[in-house]
Amino acid sequence: MAAKGPDQREQPRLAIRETDGGAVLEAAGDWLIGTIGPLDRQVRAISDNHAPENLRLDTSGIGRIDTAGAYLLGRPLRKGDEAILEARISGDHKFAARLIREVHARIDHCPPEESSGWGLKKMLVRIGAGTQHVLEEAWDTLGFFGHTLMTLVACLINPARLRWTPTVHLMETVGINALPIIAALSFFIGAVVAFMGASLLETFGASVFTVDLVGISVLREFGVLITAIMLAGRSDSAFTASIGSMKMQQEVDAMKVIGLDPFEVLVVPRVIACVVMAPLLALAAMLAGLFGGLLVSWATLDISPTYFLTRLQNVIDWSHFMVGMSKAPVFGLVIAVIGCRQGMMVGGDVESLGQRTTASVVQAIFMVIVIDALFALMYLEADI
Amino acid sequence: MSERALIEVRGLVTRFGSHVVHDGVDLEVRRGEILGIVGGSGSGKSVLLNTMLGLKHPDGGEIFYDGKAMSRMAASERAALERRWGVLFQGSALFSSLTVRENILVPVREHVSMPARLMDEIADLKLGLAGLGIEAAHKYPSELSGGMKKRAGLARALALDPDVLFLDEPTAGLDPISAAAFDELVSELSQTLGLTVILVTHDLDTLHAVCDRVAVIAEKRIIATDTISRLANHTHPWIQEYFGGPRGRAALRS
Repeated sequence: MAAKGPDQREQPRLAIRETDGGAVLEAAGDWLIGTIGPLDRQVRAISDNHAPENLRLDTSGIGRIDTAGAYLLGRPLRKGDEAILEARISGDHKFAARLIREVHARIDHCPPEESSGWGLKKMLVRIGAGTQHVLEEAWDTLGFFGHTLMTLVACLINPARLRWTPTVHLMETVGINALPIIAALSFFIGAVVAFMGASLLETFGASVFTVDLVGISVLREFGVLITAIMLAGRSDSAFTASIGSMKMQQEVDAMKVIGLDPFEVLVVPRVIACVVMAPLLALAAMLAGLFGGLLVSWATLDISPTYFLTRLQNVIDWSHFMVGMSKAPVFGLVIAVIGCRQGMMVGGDVESLGQRTTASVVQAIFMVIVIDALFALMYLEADI
Repeated sequence: MSERALIEVRGLVTRFGSHVVHDGVDLEVRRGEILGIVGGSGSGKSVLLNTMLGLKHPDGGEIFYDGKAMSRMAASERAALERRWGVLFQGSALFSSLTVRENILVPVREHVSMPARLMDEIADLKLGLAGLGIEAAHKYPSELSGGMKKRAGLARALALDPDVLFLDEPTAGLDPISAAAFDELVSELSQTLGLTVILVTHDLDTLHAVCDRVAVIAEKRIIATDTISRLANHTHPWIQEYFGGPRGRAALRS
């Protein structure tokens, strides 16, 4: 077979000759996977019109043949799961008869996949399954959160169990390495808020209130939200990916067998790093945001930096800053827990690593915004 | 052999940085034979295979297919050549987002046009040829055991009815019964389909059961290519140790 190049091949042909003892199929040409496609219909028609026991096959005219061709040629000769009889194939091709029998001895048809359908019932089933999935996910995350807290408390009671080296290293990657991007983003947000405020408030002749607007929004919301969203996109996905790939390589199992608690080794350092670094990053974000506002106010509204800062001190209450800062460690905790949990959920294949990383970022950002809304309600009720 | 070899490797040099893996490897693969490649861990068996497949560029020397230098082939010639190969990688390399049946159909869909129903039937056929039950057809690679993955990988390698089959450690990690079944399968396929098989392995039983000839890599080159019974009498100390060791003797006896 290999002697001829793959390019020179003859189209396969199939003729049917009626005789007294039944029909004889005369095959000719090259029966190869690349050539048999068009013959499928003809062979199917033959199968429909002739019972296998009335058919014979003559292989004399066949040039080259491979397993796919042998399968197609043998198909009409076979009834259900029975093997092809010796006597049904004649002709002097070197190995076609053997190949056809060999191929049909090995094949076993698999039932078609169940169709998933698009009916109303299927839709309801999908909605139900989705809802159940969300509830289970929430319940399991809560469980994981509890487990993490227990381990954290145990570590704080007995600080010798804390792993300082990875914790400090994680603080660097989560905190210090994220500082430039968070500061830059917050700077731009502060600048944009000032711009919008300036153009709107100037029409009322109240442009000086831009300072209040920038101060309150950046201190209360934007500084900490930008920090949390960047942490979710940057560190949370990294947690999931790194723990997940350890899970895939059975490193987590190895840890358990050696007697290390994965929660203590993997989760607690990440949680501590996030909880400690989130407020610091939030502080940097607030400063950068205020600075952005200050520059824009100076450039567009002629509010001098001195005046900006003085007004900031006089008008903006410390409580705004405290509200913002109080949210940061909570966000850090939630992000770290979600990232670690999704990492631990990764299964044995690459596919699940991708899915879990996506789920991790989506859940983290979702939770950050939900918790932010809850905080807003809480502080509103408390009049802070 | 009067006929020119199907694959010839001449003076192959491979380097990773300053680390020289191959320094003048010469190898001939004859049409229709099953050639085993053996060598110590890290001797560059898989690298040689990858170079023959064109996945790694040789740092020196040349590889000829049907007398044609691989480095001088046009892209269309290379593509035609690649259609005649089937490769089973060490880790099976199944696409994890596709079911076994879809995996087998990837090369078919890409290179051949035929009705979808026939395509599915051919996928089932390949599953059967590779000795995998039909219940595996709709499973994802992550749901398969190691041995089943190997078989699924072999089914995909066989999808286009290749002339040349490259197998990288096909029986590693299989239990002796599955490994023996795999050996039988390979030699049967090679006989019925006239396949040329290049097999990298550590498994002495496999070498014994299926290989027509065995090439030994040591000291950065192929030090011998011969039938296994003649290799057993070779004087090179590494070959002596390999075939003369307790495992080698046990495999020879059986």
